[in-house]
Amino acid sequence: MKKNNQVEIIESQDQAGCATCPVHHAANLKKLGVDMGNWDFVVALAGNPNTGKSTVFNALTGLRQHTGNWPGKTVTRAEGGFDYGENRYKLVDLPGTYSLLATSLDEEIARDFILFGQPDVTVVVVDATRLERNLNLVLQVLEITHRVVICLNLVDEAERHNIAVDHRRLARDLGVPVVPTIARYDEGLEDLLAAISEVASGETQAAPYHVKYNHPKLDQAVTQLVKQIEESFPDVPNARWVALRLLDGDEKIIEAVKNGDLGELTYNVEEMDGLGVDTVALKSGFSL
Amino acid sequence: MNSNYEKIIKSAHDLRWDIGGDFHEKIMESLYTDASRIADRAVTHPGDTPRFDLDRTIDRLVTSRIWGFPLMLLLLTAVFWLTITGANAPSGLLYSLLIDIIHPFLKSVFANLGIPWWIDGVLLDGAYLATAWVVAVMLPPMAIFFPLFTLLEDFGYLPRVAFNLDHIFRKAGAHGKQALSMTMGFGCNAAGVISTRIIDSPRERLIAIITNNFALCNGRWPTQILIATIFIGTLVPAHLGGLISALAVVSIALLGVLLTFVVSWALSRTVLKGEVSTFNLELPPYRPPRILQTLYTSVIDRTLVVLWRAVVFALPAGVVLWVSSNLLINGVSIAEYLVNFLNPFGLLLGLNGVILVAYIVAIPANEIVIPTILMLTVMMSGVTGVGAGSGVMFELESGLQTLDLLTMGGWTLLTGINLMLFSLVHNPCSTTIYTIYKETGSVKWTTVATLLPVLMGFVIIFFTAQIWRLFTG
Repeated sequence: MKKNNQVEIIESQDQAGCATCPVHHAANLKKLGVDMGNWDFVVALAGNPNTGKSTVFNALTGLRQHTGNWPGKTVTRAEGGFDYGENRYKLVDLPGTYSLLATSLDEEIARDFILFGQPDVTVVVVDATRLERNLNLVLQVLEITHRVVICLNLVDEAERHNIAVDHRRLARDLGVPVVPTIARYDEGLEDLLAAISEVASGETQAAPYHVKYNHPKLDQAVTQLVKQIEESFPDVPNARWVALRLLDGDEKIIEAVKNGDLGELTYNVEEMDGLGVDTVALKSGFSL
Repeated sequence: MNSNYEKIIKSAHDLRWDIGGDFHEKIMESLYTDASRIADRAVTHPGDTPRFDLDRTIDRLVTSRIWGFPLMLLLLTAVFWLTITGANAPSGLLYSLLIDIIHPFLKSVFANLGIPWWIDGVLLDGAYLATAWVVAVMLPPMAIFFPLFTLLEDFGYLPRVAFNLDHIFRKAGAHGKQALSMTMGFGCNAAGVISTRIIDSPRERLIAIITNNFALCNGRWPTQILIATIFIGTLVPAHLGGLISALAVVSIALLGVLLTFVVSWALSRTVLKGEVSTFNLELPPYRPPRILQTLYTSVIDRTLVVLWRAVVFALPAGVVLWVSSNLLINGVSIAEYLVNFLNPFGLLLGLNGVILVAYIVAIPANEIVIPTILMLTVMMSGVTGVGAGSGVMFELESGLQTLDLLTMGGWTLLTGINLMLFSLVHNPCSTTIYTIYKETGSVKWTTVATLLPVLMGFVIIFFTAQIWRLFTG
């Protein structure tokens, strides 16, 4: 495996904060600027809070950012990159969320990226000790995209708690690759990278599981809406999910349909922040 | 606007009525059912469950109504006691190396090269000494404090603190998650302010942003630790000094937490009225801390980052201080004018002109308050035999010497206590102010968050001074 420790940090519009940030001086940081064009594939890292997303992120990018054992550590996106095989990947660490219903800013950031950023692969980091709750998010992600790899993390802890997860069965049920890992100790990451590259290149074709609603009227409504959406937005890969959100009265999605943003494949991801992101400062818990 | 798009919205709207009201619940229910079914199929429990669940036992203890708070205080006190007692020797060592040995050596090199006195002054007596001072005073306590704090964090203790504090925040009309952003603020208020993004209600988020400054940050811990060591620790026999100083620092930190509650309560009853939101706080499992990695990240990410920032601000501050105390107008230096001007006001508040000037100089970074105070004190009191004289930062081999110096500069125990109080309750540093502006996008709330604490600080130390003087005559 060839890994390049190249990392870019999202610059806030005003650099005053970041320019004095000493993290910039660390030897392993090499800023490449925000240039999506240089990357072959974009990989998003999603998951519940405190499942080790940031640990996976650090392990793959070679970044040694501070990771904390508490939920809510990452509230904005952090980006980094790595080389694997022939390709260059850009890895985006999303805030940890329990759902994608966008009821708070962090959920919105995560959802908007998966939906509008259209990453080539979305890795959902799953806590093996709390599988059921974590699957709620997985099922929601599967509604949006089928280019998913499940990173079944913390299997060592699960073992300690006397829990064994049959990852093959899980992969069959979910219809996407499932890779068991212990990110803290770099175990299973090689397999994770292989799975990511297979999904990115299209070698693995997923047939993701979709939630069954057992609600005839709802199914009818969805079918009708999907037809309409597909006519107006032929490029949208997840019309079914959009239809469900519209039926649920999701303002953000209604807005996106209204002004045609939904059809924009090249959604400007950087604009989405609009918050001035000092991700690194935040993640390391310390000053700018 | 595209009419097709409109049509989609319209039919979605119509269909929503068709389906009926239980739609949202139905979706969520199906989601949970499927998740649970799939999880059930994949998860097995080999063997018997362990008889004794350590995690649960620890949780029961640290989040217990009776033991939760005492254990929290005990842990905090232990951390500070280790920091204070452990930092003494290495600090002294760094002093003698950087200031007794390297500084005279550089001076003699400059003298031999025939470099003009003012360049020598600006570079060696200004920039170098300020930086050396910051390193000597800050590096040892930080190198002990941050790894300990990070170990607690890595272990999973911080969410338990949040859990303990949650119901108090709720009572104060704030969001329970504010406990987390406050904890983050103990590291850095700018980071704490950013971390309030986890709070979804704008009202509660503003409360969290405005009160984050009351969480004692990195830049202020060293001030607290030093002043507590030399003013409070010396009140008791030497063997108790470390413990009493640690307790003093913990009290100041707790006062900050108390002020957070009081101000949150006041804000939520007046300008920021509204409902309290509920949320789920997940207690993560305890994880054995990875000692080596923790040491590495806390040294790199925290200690060196904070130290670097202090050095970056100390360099120019040293230059400015040297210039302002050596540039004379009518035989009196600029710094002296300023100190004398602010002195009456400072004394009224139980501080002095030197401290107020230091806080103006330190707006960019709280880290340089102490070096500035010491340098100005030397200059103002005309103390000789310490360092190289007027306007020059100097060596102090022990806390006791610092105490002697400050006493000569007219300091009393009241000055020390008020400095600790003012260090806790004053305006946020410029980075934090800028972050608050970026997060709120509002000049008004940024102004409130900046001025409220400094005004509160003035009020608190004014009354402390009056009461003190009443009792001590």
